[in-house]
Amino acid sequence: MITLKVNDRVLTLDEEGFLVNPADWSEEAAHLLAKSEGIELTERHWKVIRFAREYYETNGASPTLRQISKGAGVPTKELFSLFPKGPAKKVARIAGIPKPAGCV
Amino acid sequence: MAAENRHMAFICSKGNLDMAYPALIMGWAALGNGVDVTIFFTFWGLDIINKKYMGKLKLPPVGIAGMRTGMMGFPVDFGIPQIVGVLPGMTEVATAIMRKKIAELDVPPVPEFIEMLMDAGAKLYACKMTVDMMGLSQEDFPEGVEIVTAGDFIDLTDGAQIIFI
Repeated sequence: MITLKVNDRVLTLDEEGFLVNPADWSEEAAHLLAKSEGIELTERHWKVIRFAREYYETNGASPTLRQISKGAGVPTKELFSLFPKGPAKKVARIAGIPKPAGCV
Repeated sequence: MAAENRHMAFICSKGNLDMAYPALIMGWAALGNGVDVTIFFTFWGLDIINKKYMGKLKLPPVGIAGMRTGMMGFPVDFGIPQIVGVLPGMTEVATAIMRKKIAELDVPPVPEFIEMLMDAGAKLYACKMTVDMMGLSQEDFPEGVEIVTAGDFIDLTDGAQIIFI
């Protein structure tokens, strides 16, 4: 179990680095989670993160990369450069939602 | 992070519709998880990246025990006699059903999938011997596909996990 301190709150991450309780997420938490992945968040990152959170809140499941690319209007190439080396997990980690269960 | 990234290499040797998707889906999943991906297309597998055929891959129904009526939406699930599979038009029927099933899962058609993989950083190679044997050239493949020899492929996948399909 890993913990992350955001302001006065302590958030719990599972052993793969995903937020245990997606409701604990905040924008400050996203910045810290991104930093731990070596990513400095820009407006384009936020577009992806906000879409992923909304998708999760609406569907109760994390979006796959293809759903993010189509839904957020961010091309595959850009998605892989915004979240290098494994965007599927990185987007979910930073957005504070569970590991995506879909394949494509 | 480890200095050397995990690397998976897929060898696609078959060009039927159902033999194209395993490498595409696993390769995509690997890229999404930060794993380097190389795909080598050889023999019939070359159709998967042949611009003329990649969108027209077929699923001939003969010899596939899993081809049952249940997957076509019939309430009774029974095997389809092999003799039915050889009738003219059955390959088109089976192909159409499989395409529909794939699209229902929001999995893209092969040409779009290949483009997605390259956009995501996968390296795609065509087998030189097959290219020569079939009288093909660079123009027959999407931009970004490289024609390499078997020896090149061995060098390019040093240390990779190899999956033969």
